[in-house]
Amino acid sequence: MTISDIKNILDCTILCGEDQLGTDINTADGADMMSDVLAFAKEHGVLLTGLVNSQVVRTAEMMDMTCIVFVRDKTPDQSIVDLADNCGIVIMKTREMMFSACGKLYEAGIRSEASSI
Amino acid sequence: MNAIELKYAIPGDDFTRAGEASSAIKMRLKQMGFDPGFIRRVAIAVYEGEINMVIHANGGEIAVNISPESTDITLIDDGPGIPDVEKAMQAGFSTAPENVRNLGFGAGMGLPNMKKYTDEMDVQSEVGIGTTVRMKIYANAT
Repeated sequence: MTISDIKNILDCTILCGEDQLGTDINTADGADMMSDVLAFAKEHGVLLTGLVNSQVVRTAEMMDMTCIVFVRDKTPDQSIVDLADNCGIVIMKTREMMFSACGKLYEAGIRSEASSI
Repeated sequence: MNAIELKYAIPGDDFTRAGEASSAIKMRLKQMGFDPGFIRRVAIAVYEGEINMVIHANGGEIAVNISPESTDITLIDDGPGIPDVEKAMQAGFSTAPENVRNLGFGAGMGLPNMKKYTDEMDVQSEVGIGTTVRMKIYANAT
């Protein structure tokens, strides 16, 4: 699945990284606690979150994640978008709630590599 | 390649800037051509330490020694110290205040994560004096 597929499934608005929509996505994680993302997420995944601050981008950067989707139509500041752009991370937002966004991606075949610990 | 030493002063009062040092270290390791998996482990361990310094210790200093075989990371702060290091190492144990949790941290995974992603880790802490964390990650480990 590509970032473009995720955009279509969740009816996302792209905020940066439009040139990377063809990038493959292997896994997904949904979390508002970045400490949990740092503990369990896999590289080359998409991060779905309702948390909006610069540390979301830093977390994705350290984890080698490719794409961040802000749920519940949350819009980050331009400084956050610029930081992601510099890190080569795609940012999108969707009107979906976290649960339904994760459910739709799961239904489309995306799996988290760590479904339990 | 000779070993190189990098040092970063971490400001304690600016949450938005937290992660800059970790990002710079990650970039440096990339430029030096290390394996992506190794770089990721170093980046996560340093980043958790950097966030801890900002949250708990009003900043500190990060020193990184990079050699072809391994990377040594030393985190030094003169914050409040950790009363019970063993307890702080338990996943889920956190003393982070509510405002920090609202920022997405304080899940009690910081020190456990640092241990998970490193090959060696030592925490020395004294209440009222500060905390020093030493971590080692071998470049050829998986």
